[in-house]
Amino acid sequence: MGTILEVKNYSLSFDTPEGEIEAVRDVNFSLNEGEILAIVGESGCGKTVLCKSLLKLLPRNARVKSGKAELCGENITAFSERRMRQLRGKQISMVFQDPLTTLNPTIPIGKQITESIRQHQKISHNKAKAHALELLELVGIDHAADRFNLQPHFFSGGMRQRCVLAIALASHPKVLLADEPTTALDVTVQAKMLDLLLSIRKRTGIAILFVSHDLGVVARIADRVAVMYAGKIVEIGTANEIFYDSRHPYTWGLLGAQPALAMKTGELHSIPGMPPVLLNPPPGDTFAVRNKYALAIDYEEAPPMFQISPTHFAATWLLDPRAPHIDPPIFTKRRREE
Amino acid sequence: MNQTAILEVKNLKQYFPVSKHLTVKAVDDISFQIRKGEIFGLVGESGSGKSTVARSIMGLYQLTDGEVWFQGNKISDPKVFRSNRRDIQKNMQIIFQDSAAALNPRMTVRNIIAEPMQACRMFVKNKEAMDAKIDKLLDQVGLAKSFRSRYPGELSGGQRQRVAIARSIGTNPDIIIADEPIASLDVSIQAQILTLFQNLQQEYGFAFLFIAHDLSVVRFLSNTVGVMLHGKILEMAETEELFQNPLHPYTKALLSAVPVADPIYERSKKILYYDPSKLSLTGSLQQLSPKHWMFCSPK
Ligand SMILES: Nc1ncnc2c1ncn2[C@@H]1O[C@H](COP(=O)(O)OP(=O)(O)O)[C@@H](O)[C@H]1O
Ligand SMILES: Nc1ncnc2c1ncn2[C@@H]1O[C@H](COP(=O)(O)OP(=O)(O)O)[C@@H](O)[C@H]1O
Ligand SMILES: [Mg+2]
Ligand SMILES: [Mg+2]
Repeated sequence: MGTILEVKNYSLSFDTPEGEIEAVRDVNFSLNEGEILAIVGESGCGKTVLCKSLLKLLPRNARVKSGKAELCGENITAFSERRMRQLRGKQISMVFQDPLTTLNPTIPIGKQITESIRQHQKISHNKAKAHALELLELVGIDHAADRFNLQPHFFSGGMRQRCVLAIALASHPKVLLADEPTTALDVTVQAKMLDLLLSIRKRTGIAILFVSHDLGVVARIADRVAVMYAGKIVEIGTANEIFYDSRHPYTWGLLGAQPALAMKTGELHSIPGMPPVLLNPPPGDTFAVRNKYALAIDYEEAPPMFQISPTHFAATWLLDPRAPHIDPPIFTKRRREE
Repeated sequence: MNQTAILEVKNLKQYFPVSKHLTVKAVDDISFQIRKGEIFGLVGESGSGKSTVARSIMGLYQLTDGEVWFQGNKISDPKVFRSNRRDIQKNMQIIFQDSAAALNPRMTVRNIIAEPMQACRMFVKNKEAMDAKIDKLLDQVGLAKSFRSRYPGELSGGQRQRVAIARSIGTNPDIIIADEPIASLDVSIQAQILTLFQNLQQEYGFAFLFIAHDLSVVRFLSNTVGVMLHGKILEMAETEELFQNPLHPYTKALLSAVPVADPIYERSKKILYYDPSKLSLTGSLQQLSPKHWMFCSPK
């Protein structure tokens, strides 16, 4: 499997009147063809900013400080706005949490999809229309032909999100950035959406970067998981490595906060506090103040990435050979008994 | 009325005429009761009628039909409601999902928390005692004293929800109604707030109507769970009984959709789907065992 998207030493800041907000800090990951990589972390950790910045959709006060993103080997960080326009939708597209940010409320769904197809492909109106219908069927809209001329408000939240997905897939992109696409949906609708993404990946071979604040949601679909905290990827590995053998206390915290697993034991383990605003982040590990396993060095020096397996990395001083041995909390290995 | 029930909802119907030809049956003949110190989880997906139940209990609508009893008074009768207004204000508190909209943006955290207590004439002319009480409440919900002078707009979603909780427990109410109080929060903050609710409930002993759209969060907290769809309670049971032995196909579908942070389990899990349009709307909630009720349609 070849790498399709590679992000290297990527740092991005916002210049604000209060100072520099370091929203993305030295992020490294790669996404393989046909792979689903989940990015998980609490609100404010930089997930959306990272995705939008790959597509250059951020406001002007955003500035890439270092690193680059390569799509199919090409450094898109250096692309002009004109070249980005050719790329967006065609090679790489994005769906957002709120479908209404993408959909125009006054234009029929079918027309919106047809138009986005014609933006990228020089094909006749009728051909585009036929393709739009196929897309609506691909994303599981029943009676697509009957609904083709309806405006978005005739659709439920779940159906709108499917339409947004249809638009994102209109020109057969190689990479889909899905930013919390199911967070606003009911659980049964969310489950259908996750299965839809899986089936689309299977049929089209698209690679998906799936962003969520909820490890439970990504368990069903992710091949690999990157855990993000305060602008950094603090742990990355295969789904099994992250869910059954995680090494970073932040990952432990996210796993312990899962209500669905808490019901067996009757306890929930919450992480105290919240993620910091990255205006002049303190030296050392920004997670230290919330981390009950923090070592003295965490307050002085940020930990490097330690390698655990060929696919598993974590940035915590607990992995340093000099660190005291700590057994991960029992719930980080918890399997659901049937 | 059952002596130990603090709140009893009997055959509640709340219909909204939206046009000449269409009436939305937001709540359609539901009954349940909540005993002293009990936590009742009311679960349903969006549009199932949960918020309407909460609003009907609070006396915000003229009921289409049915009764609401609170501490032995039939508060669905507007006259009874009016004559008990002060008592209801003190003893029934509400927390909303969207505290950004529910908290007055121009009031400080101190005044937001003080308001219900002032309405109940607590600490009248004793600002010191009021301030001490507010500091205690802030501490109990995990906020520093310095939050007193802040405004809701300066707080995170989780912090605002903590303020709403402090506000609701100030009058030491007999029941708190919380309408999806954690739905818009991150999973990690949800866990904080759920744990906070659990601790406060143990300390104060209030009864709790906890409304959620997802079964996973109510198992941790509730003693009893009711599952709603289309304005009806389809299944109601003691919590572990419901999770161990769900009977209604809709409950089974909801349970199967709960995401579990266990990829091996998730990848092989078969999600059950239920077509809500299949639900027959004639029928009633039948008691099948001492702790288990299900909506049954006549054969
Ligand atoms: N336009 C902006 N100007 C300044 N700061 C911003 C801007 N957009 C986002 N941020 C900051 O970047 C950080 C990361 O935000 P975001 O990527 O939205 O988080 P997430 O998607 O993980 O919830 C936050 O601290 C946020 O306040
Ligand atoms: N004031 C109202 N007028 C008309 N319809 C309403 C009103 N309030 C609620 N509804 C409708 O009643 C149904 C149940 O709504 P609600 O109680 O808000 O559900 P939930 O809280 O479970 O999402 C929905 O179809 C909603 O559109
Ligand atoms: Mg985001
Ligand atoms: Mg509601």
